Amino acid sequence: MKQISQGLSKDQPVGSCCCGEFSEPEMLKRLDEIIDTYKSADGALIPILQTAQNLFGYLPKNILRRIGERLRIPYSQVAGVVSFYSFFSTNPRGKNLVRVCLGTACYVRGGKEVLSTMQKTLGINVGETTADKMFSLEVGRCFGACGLAPVVMINEDVHQRVKPAKIKELLSFYREAKSQTQEAAAC
Amino acid sequence: MVKLTIDRNMVEVPPEMTILQAARQMGIIIPTLCYLEGKDPIGACRVCVVEVQGGRNLVSSCSTPVAEGMVVFTNSPRVRRARKLVVELLLSEHEGDCQICDRSEDCELKSLAYSLGIREPHYEGEKPERFLDVSSSALVRDSGKCIKCRRCVTVCNEIQHVGALFPQNRGYKTLIGPAFALGLEDVPCVQCGQCAAVCPVGAIIEKSHVDMVWAALEDKTKHVVVQTAPAIRAALGECFDYPPGTLVTGKMITALRLMGFDAVFDTNFAADLTIMEEGTELLLRLKKALVEKQPVALPQFSSCSPGWIKFTEYFYPEFLPNLSSCKSPQQMFGAIAKTFYAQKKGLRPEDIVVVSVMPCTAKKFESSRPEMNSSGVRDVDYVLTTRELGQMITAAGIHFTALEDGQTDSPLGLSSGAADIFANSGGVMEAAIRTAYEIVTGRELPLVNLHVEPLAGLKGIKEAALKLEQVLPAWSFLEGVELKVAVAHSLSNAAALLDLIKAGQAHYHFVEVMTCPGGCIGGGGQPRFTTDEVRRARINAIYKEDEGKAMRKSHDNPDVKKLYAEFLTDGPCGHQSHKLLHTHYVDRGDKI
Repeated sequence: MKQISQGLSKDQPVGSCCCGEFSEPEMLKRLDEIIDTYKSADGALIPILQTAQNLFGYLPKNILRRIGERLRIPYSQVAGVVSFYSFFSTNPRGKNLVRVCLGTACYVRGGKEVLSTMQKTLGINVGETTADKMFSLEVGRCFGACGLAPVVMINEDVHQRVKPAKIKELLSFYREAKSQTQEAAAC
Repeated sequence: MVKLTIDRNMVEVPPEMTILQAARQMGIIIPTLCYLEGKDPIGACRVCVVEVQGGRNLVSSCSTPVAEGMVVFTNSPRVRRARKLVVELLLSEHEGDCQICDRSEDCELKSLAYSLGIREPHYEGEKPERFLDVSSSALVRDSGKCIKCRRCVTVCNEIQHVGALFPQNRGYKTLIGPAFALGLEDVPCVQCGQCAAVCPVGAIIEKSHVDMVWAALEDKTKHVVVQTAPAIRAALGECFDYPPGTLVTGKMITALRLMGFDAVFDTNFAADLTIMEEGTELLLRLKKALVEKQPVALPQFSSCSPGWIKFTEYFYPEFLPNLSSCKSPQQMFGAIAKTFYAQKKGLRPEDIVVVSVMPCTAKKFESSRPEMNSSGVRDVDYVLTTRELGQMITAAGIHFTALEDGQTDSPLGLSSGAADIFANSGGVMEAAIRTAYEIVTGRELPLVNLHVEPLAGLKGIKEAALKLEQVLPAWSFLEGVELKVAVAHSLSNAAALLDLIKAGQAHYHFVEVMTCPGGCIGGGGQPRFTTDEVRRARINAIYKEDEGKAMRKSHDNPDVKKLYAEFLTDGPCGHQSHKLLHTHYVDRGDKI
């Protein structure tokens, strides 16, 4: 059993975007603008989290604290919402975000094998990022493309009828590609 | 009104009622594990399901409103089977170390499983990862026992406005707790223990000091003294099946003596002392404002309730100068026991062990605050909740109900009725007014039975005003002043009151805040389960205790007078009392 005792748990050091685009003051300034845009509306938390994640690539804990303070919502509640939705990530993501669909259709058509091959090939588990920061791996719950199952999304691209044997090839395309579009998609 | 049939009996109820409320009104028992009276239904546990004729599925009675002509069965075979299934599923994820669990005696899940006739585990398999949070000085959380009913979340967020707890993750991996599995010590938890008071199982309990107290009692080199808070005497009886509101003051004293304490004292003595100090502090603040025309923090806030203190430190640090600098009665007692009493007994402070019995879990935190060591060692060594004392009395083989009444020891045992009412919301204020009015005017407070009626009861925020006329010459600056006071209990009400004061919409001289609903009688360390009915019974008992005493005012306490004459010789708020009886606070605004 894990035991939590005093002082064990500390926030990660103040983060920066995965591609190092923002310094902390810049990040907080951009965040405040996002919060100001939404804060007067009911249910502002989720759109703020989405916009912040699109901007920074992930949701570092100092960002979540700031959102809570400004909206006067307890940190526990902000964290609760973030951890409820698989869309949100509190870990820095790699350049390319791989999402393997495990919705019903993809699951029955081999999504699970696709995922396990993906894990083996990348050498990471779901929710993790490769050491070279090239790939992050996540699981999706239906992208609305069930006719193309099993589906893998990499950044904004949907890959249909993915076979485990083809995964190495698929990933190497992204590893080698250095195009602007992919950087934009990852950050 | 709406007419419906529940279990073949016709009933007429207001349309805003739920099936559960209507059934309870008829005396029908529908079990629940997440329902909390007076709060919006949580609807998480599914134990309260009932069958509505014509409906396809069973419905949760706590969240389904009544309807005209509805026919409800609360105990049909289908309902019984469903309830049993729900509880079997809850048990499948529950770490049931029932024999050694703190809630062995009063676990709601255990008694429900028993009453539903569950005699063997039906679903065995994987259980979610278990976390034990021992980070805080007052509370222990065990995620393995948590059934995710969310009562604690409701209490922490809606009643206490603290927001330390919230559901994290989802589904099978749901954890109720602070953000990202942080410990309670690392988040703005005020340690009030209201979560532990409503938990149906052993997932949140107080950090036990029972073993430490037994060890101290065994140690022949230590002189072990005990103090009991005013609220204990009106609730301890519930541990021995007395109805709520039974006063057991005398039996409690006898039990403590039988357990082996060297002296049985009373926190009430220190409550009288608190009135002398806090009342004087208020008069000094008023003098500074009205005579010396100097800036001074008003209103003055009471400082007896450690959860409230920590709440202010986290969420309203701008009000820290308004908090009375007086230590709470618990800490004043400890400081006096290890100085004045130690001297009288010819003991060193480190030879004395001070044990408190409190209705409170935050008192465990308070006693551990680093600044609470006026004699050079801890003011208070160990803090037991009412429940822990109940356990210890049972463990000592004492037949509580058969005990004769005992008397507290001298010189820290005698107290006035004003000290008793410290247990009730509004009581500290009433006690202060009884003394302050008499000091300023030389006359007794001209109210029936000395009660300030508008400050009593369970209303969230209460106010009173009292005009000071024909004052004594020393207090001429108060002539004609209308003393305005307010009382709030539970931290959501305190926050609402602070916001009003901050916005300049409310003006008071003195404000009393107690952390828990109803005051200390409803504290997080009291016997479970505290409903409003139980609160009222305990409140009435406390007023009865007060009214039954010949001495009703703190300044009449001869032992308090003696303490000032012999030891705190420069009087209330003098140099010596500042050293021993007053404290300072910490801005925790950056820790939220």
